[in-house]
Amino acid sequence: MRGGVFADMSEIKIEKLETDLLIIGGGTAGCLAAVRAKREAAELDVVIAEKAHIERSGCLAAGMNAINAYINPGETPESFVSYVRADAMGLLREDLVLSMAKRLNEVVQEVESWGLPIEKDERGNYLSRGRWNIKISGESLKPIIAGRAIDSGARVLNRVMITKLLLEEGRVTGAMGFGVRSGIFYLIKAKAVIVATGGAAGIYRPNNSGSSHHKMWYSPFNTGGGYAIGIRAGAEMTSFEMRFIALRTKDVIAPTGTLALGFGAKQVNSLGERFMATRYSHLGAEGAPTPLRVFGPTQEVKEGRGPIFLDTTHLKEEELRELKKSYLNMYPELILSWAANGFDPRERPIEIQGTEPYLVGGHTQSGYWISEKRETTLEGLYAAGDVAGGAPYKFVSGCWAEGVIAAENAVDYIRETGSTEESAESNDCLFTEMLRVYAPLHRDDGVSPPEMEERLQKVMDEYAGGVSRYYEMNEHELLLALNQIKHLQTQTRHLRAEDFHRLMNCHEVIDRIDIAEVLLNHLLYRKETRWPAYQSRVDYPYCNDRDWLKFVNSKRVNDRLEILERPYRQVVGGDRYVP
Amino acid sequence: MSVKIDPLLCNGCQGQDEANCVKLCPGDLLMIDQETGKPHIRNEADCWDCMVCVKGCPLEAIETVLPYQLASYKATLKPRVLDGKIIWHLRDARGNEETYELKTSS
Ligand SMILES: Cc1cc2nc3c(=O)[nH]c(=O)nc-3n(C[C@H](O)[C@H](O)[C@H](O)COP(=O)(O)OP(=O)(O)OC[C@H]3O[C@@H](n4cnc5c(N)ncnc54)[C@H](O)[C@@H]3O)c2cc1C
Repeated sequence: MRGGVFADMSEIKIEKLETDLLIIGGGTAGCLAAVRAKREAAELDVVIAEKAHIERSGCLAAGMNAINAYINPGETPESFVSYVRADAMGLLREDLVLSMAKRLNEVVQEVESWGLPIEKDERGNYLSRGRWNIKISGESLKPIIAGRAIDSGARVLNRVMITKLLLEEGRVTGAMGFGVRSGIFYLIKAKAVIVATGGAAGIYRPNNSGSSHHKMWYSPFNTGGGYAIGIRAGAEMTSFEMRFIALRTKDVIAPTGTLALGFGAKQVNSLGERFMATRYSHLGAEGAPTPLRVFGPTQEVKEGRGPIFLDTTHLKEEELRELKKSYLNMYPELILSWAANGFDPRERPIEIQGTEPYLVGGHTQSGYWISEKRETTLEGLYAAGDVAGGAPYKFVSGCWAEGVIAAENAVDYIRETGSTEESAESNDCLFTEMLRVYAPLHRDDGVSPPEMEERLQKVMDEYAGGVSRYYEMNEHELLLALNQIKHLQTQTRHLRAEDFHRLMNCHEVIDRIDIAEVLLNHLLYRKETRWPAYQSRVDYPYCNDRDWLKFVNSKRVNDRLEILERPYRQVVGGDRYVP
Repeated sequence: MSVKIDPLLCNGCQGQDEANCVKLCPGDLLMIDQETGKPHIRNEADCWDCMVCVKGCPLEAIETVLPYQLASYKATLKPRVLDGKIIWHLRDARGNEETYELKTSS
């Protein structure tokens, strides 16, 4: 061993495990999938492989203050689909959204029964916050669901990063990865696999730099591992071009739904104009689809009417206390920053900004192309949560619903098909993957992961519609970006790591470069602007239903990315642009 | 800055297999210093400021300090984690104090 790491491959410890169901990523969707699988089939062995520690990993680390997808009294799963369809500018997988919507209330009530405090009125009804949201006291949401997953009898491998799917005769039969602290190499054989690794941050240059480069909204530790293993295995992916850009408080990048929905704060520009109402009334004003609520303020700034604020100066003292409580449940550092900077939201409005683009299939719809059963296009592989595509507006509860649906179908699949014969393929794969995974430890000279990350983020920001470009792009820029990303893919063989943590960082950046390649191909292919800001093609500035009411999908075939088109199908009647 | 660990209060979670903060950090950023037996952060800039380690510390030895480019010197936000609730103590730069009590389980 050299400095705690291996001098040569023979020193690497290999651990081989067998299970019935492997869940990759023990987050929101992964924990619910584990509990449901064990309930449906107590006799099945379930393993969760988690890159961090499931007690506080993923998006839910700090906690949550609301559940953003719930069918409140007076609404139906169908009315939910109509709303989400208009919010997604008329293009989404209605079958997926509908099947998820039908399960939302069930999963929320289940988690409530595990100890999640949900706020209620005097009559015992959930307190709603807007049409689809309910208020929770969710600081401990993650430990609550993780505790349930452990109690259900699932085995948990913490601090294991999955880097590759095991494919045998076209069927997914497990996965490989390494211990980010121990350095142990894992080969996990399974009869079915659910991928639930969340979305991807860190592809674009973030709002903040240097000492604050991780002061971002989406978890900086969700680096798209689940997308990358699918891309490399040839799974079909959808709608990567529908990036997610969030409207957040400036600097600390805290969610603003709490302010707008919970406390009636309206967007105003530096002239005091309610520009969403004046300039975008035909599109729904302050209730316009989410991409437009990012596009609107971005245009204000671009055209010289920034900064943009959410006006909180109407708040009463008691309301301000309630507001602070709300953030302490989900994003406590915002309250700390106000205290440090002497900021009082009753004296001055709160400045907001758009974030860097992320890929988050639970807000927008980039991810695996799946069936209603949450099967991917690779047999034996299911996807749920932010990594699954086609169904926007999932949030916490929709990720739970998808986890449950994926688990139920994976259990059925295991019962029907059983295990495969051990093939020679898995041993060959093992050695190839080990060489790939540990290579950065053996280089004395080369490029560090932060250096390569900076390069990736610069290219994406400047040529593929990042924050500094007001999210706009054209074909020339995208082609240039693609060229540079392809070059970066050849540079990853120079990455070096001095310990296992850095080795994890190396694979995080390799994964994001593979994702960037897919993203650029999707952005190039869709020749319209369907989702302003999320996907602003200045060379094709209009929404074009006649030619583009369809999904852009892709898959890698023999190291080349193929683009496929898939049709849109309307399931719920009504005007696609009316919520 | 990101998190500051008070070396006098911290005992490295003696007697446990793993210190709580080292166990919980979603970014695997906290590690034990072999010489002192106490945790430190590998790379301050990689911290998400999620405060998971702060809430998880049984001795209240960890504090989140936001990067100076975002937040002035000096305010503090300290949670006291109790059974079923958290009491947050906020102290602003001028020394004004506020307290908030929040339910964490039902
Ligand atoms: C700050 C913030 C606030 C939010 N607030 C709300 C809210 O108030 N209400 C609401 O409804 N929604 C909210 N959301 C959205 C919601 O939290 C997410 O959509 C949802 O939690 C995603 O669930 P998931 O299971 O897909 O991902 P996660 O819960 O993030 O889980 C993914 C897991 O996979 C692990 N992982 C990643 N890569 C690998 C790998 N290669 N190998 C093994 N494991 C891996 C991660 O460590 C993580 O544990 C918020 C999101 C954020 C970021």
